[in-house]
Amino acid sequence: MIEVKNLYFTYPSGVEALRNVSLEIRKGEFVAIMGQNGAGKTTLIKHFNGLLKPSKGEVLVDGVNTESVSVAKLARKVGFVFQNPDNQLFSETVEDEISFALKNFGFKDTPLRRRVTWALKLLGLTEYRKASPFMLSGGERKRVALASVLAWDPEVVVMDEPTIGQDYSQKEKLRQFIVQLNMQGKTVVVVTHDVEFVSECNPRVILMSGGEILADGFGKNVLTNIELLTQASIVPPQVTEIFMGIKDLGFPVDIIDLYEAKELLMKRLGRK
Amino acid sequence: MSVFDGLKFRRVSSPIHMLDPRIKFLYVCSIFVVAIVFFELLPLLVLFLFQIPFVILARVQREWVRSLRGAAFLASIIFGTNILFRFMYAGYSLTANDIEYASAMTMRFIALVESFSIFFLTTSPDHLGLALEKSHIPYEFCFAFTTAVRFVPVLAEEAQTIMDAQKARGLELEKGNFLKRIRNYIPVLIPLIISAIRRSLELAEAMEARAWGAIEKRTNLYSLKMKRNDYLLVLVSIFVLIIGIFVRFYVSIPTLSNLLGF
Amino acid sequence: MAIVKAQSLTYTYPNAEKPALDDVSFEIQKGEFVILTGPSGCGKTSLCRCLNGLIPHFYQGELKGKILVNKYNIVDHPIHELAKHVGLVFQNPENQLFALSVEKDVAFGLENLGIPRKEMIERVDCALKTAGIEDLAERAPHELSGGQQQRVAIASIIAMNPEILVLDEPTSFLDPLGAKRIFKVIGKLNESMDMTVILVEHRLDLAAKYADHVIVMDKGKIALDGKPRKVLNSDETRMLGVGIPKATRLYQLLDEEKALHSRQVPVTADEMGKLVRGALRA
Repeated sequence: MIEVKNLYFTYPSGVEALRNVSLEIRKGEFVAIMGQNGAGKTTLIKHFNGLLKPSKGEVLVDGVNTESVSVAKLARKVGFVFQNPDNQLFSETVEDEISFALKNFGFKDTPLRRRVTWALKLLGLTEYRKASPFMLSGGERKRVALASVLAWDPEVVVMDEPTIGQDYSQKEKLRQFIVQLNMQGKTVVVVTHDVEFVSECNPRVILMSGGEILADGFGKNVLTNIELLTQASIVPPQVTEIFMGIKDLGFPVDIIDLYEAKELLMKRLGRK
Repeated sequence: MSVFDGLKFRRVSSPIHMLDPRIKFLYVCSIFVVAIVFFELLPLLVLFLFQIPFVILARVQREWVRSLRGAAFLASIIFGTNILFRFMYAGYSLTANDIEYASAMTMRFIALVESFSIFFLTTSPDHLGLALEKSHIPYEFCFAFTTAVRFVPVLAEEAQTIMDAQKARGLELEKGNFLKRIRNYIPVLIPLIISAIRRSLELAEAMEARAWGAIEKRTNLYSLKMKRNDYLLVLVSIFVLIIGIFVRFYVSIPTLSNLLGF
Repeated sequence: MAIVKAQSLTYTYPNAEKPALDDVSFEIQKGEFVILTGPSGCGKTSLCRCLNGLIPHFYQGELKGKILVNKYNIVDHPIHELAKHVGLVFQNPENQLFALSVEKDVAFGLENLGIPRKEMIERVDCALKTAGIEDLAERAPHELSGGQQQRVAIASIIAMNPEILVLDEPTSFLDPLGAKRIFKVIGKLNESMDMTVILVEHRLDLAAKYADHVIVMDKGKIALDGKPRKVLNSDETRMLGVGIPKATRLYQLLDEEKALHSRQVPVTADEMGKLVRGALRA
């Protein structure tokens, strides 16, 4: 679905943000791109819908080189949810906000209204249809921003730091929502440095540092590799930390899931 | 690349950076006056060369070259139009003097850019704000000035993010006729304005939390005290001014072409 | 000695229907490290604003009940007077730095208080060192990462030498490593300088180990208030949607199965590791 080949990107200021990045994201995959702030995560995903064009190398979306098409065209396929909903909300009502992109993509009348209704329902915002987005709480504003992107039903959904500023139960709801989206066949790409969140979702993990890809694989393998994590300045999930501390007792260290951890410990502790 | 790139302050410690910004401003003014009283290439060239030691002392050569390079475009326009006017004025012919005159005008511009870039490259906005304070301008204004400078890069970045966010929702800023294009910017302006309002509210809270307005007479972390070098620069500036005016009125300045014997 | 004491504190923002704080009473002792948590919109931020007088002086609205901070009734003292005793660090690091250099920013509060220049320089240096950012003294705020900016904000508060340090979700925009560093700095302030710390936080995984006291709020009321191990281990906390440390959660799961039990409920990975080690040895 998305193919990145030997991508280099240098900002006009001269900062080299990406160095020889290659990766492939297949249809229906769930990918988390992780790394410290400044590792090049956001720069990378901005190539997926053409907001940035490669300095060298190429990016193909559904087989099409991003160099040759407009952002608006690519956006139709790759929906992009920004970190801060306040960077995009501007309409008087939630309904108008969600219609904005649809109108830009040429939807009219009944299909437009049907999609707005669908998106509102998807994110549990139906009762706020006529409300002003600015009067909503932070979590609700985030959902409006998400609805305004999902409304045009893009094949790929890219989210930049979706968990930032969210409390635990909001994160939990978001996690369930993302997993559900992915199960319905959407390709989901999440950029985040929230290890606990990733350890709960268990997606494919791409670890970045200094504009390069350090590792690409199962969360279970990447997030438990201390050497890699140190290099990327990432803290391991707490469950992994526990197992690292008791490695000498014959426990494996590649554990990120809470329930797997419980089963393992039960086996040993239960036997006594 | 614009002229402004060459004016961005970078922290270096040098005798020039340590100078009192007020005195540096005095220096810029005297260079300015001298530059505009001369129409001949030679003195302007001298003025240009005279400032190079300052650049070297301040260790901002690289930025300085960049600002000159940034000014090159404007300089060539100045040169071109001067040549053109001279050319047309003299009945479509050109002499060495005309070229020299055009070069002088260009050199004047370059000497001015040079002095401004020395000033801005070696004066932190902080010190500029401080100089304002010490000039008995009410503190609120000085604070507004420095805070505004502080938030310029922040807001520029935010504007870019907002534009990206709306483009990602299919907004095409360059589409349509003139009026439509202006309207295209509404989805960018509204979030920007709202966020600016939110920011100012948060800033006000943070100011309160740090005892804003506790007493009438605030103190200041930085102090501006005239040191030896400052007095020296005052002397240099006055000296430049006097010499400049003296030469203007009492010395006949040869043209370069005469000197070289054209 | 109670350094903060609230009695039936109720506050309603102007034009709001429901109170943001609803009959809140609690006590905080001098030198405690308190974590204040709870779902978004539960009133944590409003409570922070009461502690330095932003409520009611800045926000107006209707305040009932009483809150004493360092024995001052906040209603009777202006914010700038309370600021000497209570320092408040906000969520967004970007919007609490005004100056063009770090040191100037750290000095801002001292300038407002009219501290003589010589003393100011000493206090600024000391604050920068405590926050571990002395090498950034002359940098401009926009050149710094979010974590560094937040440490500047903390330094600018500690320069004012308050007895109480209040931090309103200081790490929510930071990556885990940046957050860890912030917690370390405030842990040190609490330990070695005996500053009372009130930290509003969702990231209990990283912060829990510093706390001596946890308060959980919900819908403007205090839901739980007590020792960290007790509060974090209670079902009620989890039901409110508070993200308890994974170590604690793992312990709970094993405790339910009667596989592991301890009077000392673990709140960090280390403690959990030790507990398992002990249980296997026994």
